[in-house]
Amino acid sequence: MKVGLTFALGSLFLAAPHLTRAQGEGLQIPKSIAAGDGFSIQSAGNGKATLYIVGPNQVLERAIERGGTAFFAPGALQNAGHYLVVLKADDSAAKGEFDVVAANKPSELSFFARPSRLPIGLHDGITGAVYIFDAYKNLITAPAPVSFELSTPSGAKQTHVVVTRNGAAFTEMDSTAQQGSDKFVARVGDIASTRVVGQVPGDPCGIKMTAQPSGQQIRLETAPLRDCSGNAVPDGTIVTFTETYGETQTTVDVPLKRGIAQVDMPAHNGATLSAASGVVLGNQIHWEKQ
Amino acid sequence: MRKFLITLCVLGSATARYATAQPDVRIEPPANVEGPRVLEEQTATAVVRDYLQSWHSMSAALQQNDADLLDMDFAGTARDKLAETVQEQARLGLSAHYLDRAHDIQIVFISPDGLSIELTDRVEYDVQIFDHDKPVTSQHMRTRYTVVLTPAEARWKVRVFQGQI
Repeated sequence: MKVGLTFALGSLFLAAPHLTRAQGEGLQIPKSIAAGDGFSIQSAGNGKATLYIVGPNQVLERAIERGGTAFFAPGALQNAGHYLVVLKADDSAAKGEFDVVAANKPSELSFFARPSRLPIGLHDGITGAVYIFDAYKNLITAPAPVSFELSTPSGAKQTHVVVTRNGAAFTEMDSTAQQGSDKFVARVGDIASTRVVGQVPGDPCGIKMTAQPSGQQIRLETAPLRDCSGNAVPDGTIVTFTETYGETQTTVDVPLKRGIAQVDMPAHNGATLSAASGVVLGNQIHWEKQ
Repeated sequence: MRKFLITLCVLGSATARYATAQPDVRIEPPANVEGPRVLEEQTATAVVRDYLQSWHSMSAALQQNDADLLDMDFAGTARDKLAETVQEQARLGLSAHYLDRAHDIQIVFISPDGLSIELTDRVEYDVQIFDHDKPVTSQHMRTRYTVVLTPAEARWKVRVFQGQI
């Protein structure tokens, strides 16, 4: 009778070969389960035995009676991995293997966005990468679409949809023409992760300098500096003023203040005055006594 | 690319020379690496070297039930899960000896910032299980591992360590 019952139950499992497989001596174990799912392992024979489920990421041990079904409640095995199953009795040992795979439902994104601050107008200047994890912090390796969205304060958006491979996906975005704090969002299903990317003005598009007498000196002053998209260049940006007179050259570095840079330099008749910031050169002025 | 392969071959043959117990290591050319960054050969060599070392750390930790042995090569979730296994093994009186026999490694992803690298490894290993120091079983196993590593102070550490056939 017991043989007949075992055979009948074995046939039941064999009817769904993608779910279960027979391994070892009379062990019926799942081929794979999703992390956190309940499962059962059926054994043949009779008498007491110890069931071991062993992997690097988790281990279970249970005393059972052979010839029955050992049920494992949901949550018993949470960590994805490949597991060895051993049913050990005094007189025998049966073995099998099965997988615990990540649950398909994403629960957590590891989202790496760089840089946190960059100049406007850079092609592929912003990068984002994600790894997708389930509720048990298992990497979901099944392909899944990830939506990357970069939005400016004015509402303009760039969106890229990328399908993960081996649990990872990445994208590259252009920084926009407008300065400000953009939101960079990675989304999978109803899970989202947001980073803020500061976009700052680029180098000045040009420098226009004026000169006028200031007592015994010359006062040099730039017009408000803007980048090539019209954004004000931030205060603190260094403007270098240079006065060349004969064999003498005088250089002064001045930070922008309220958008302009201003300095007083010695008034030498015939001197050449110039201004520069980074790689941008401004106009030159040849000073003649007025 | 050629130079890269030579470097990795040197790594593999050097590994094989040290001792017969060392696993065979095969490294697939990183032809289809996902990500915008170019994989530098020095980086690839370091990643593979540190990953292979992590197997030794894991094996020692699970054999001696000492989670501190994981610290050099594992971080984050991978370390947490392995450490929980160590604790549970100790509670049950179990220990496991993992001996990696062969690795077939392919680097599959480099994040754009270069701060995480993912590889897959078709690994063959033997595992021996002991219950209160009595052998329970030994088994030769083949598994495809998915591994994510990130750089730490002086080496790459494993942050995701997940096997599946």
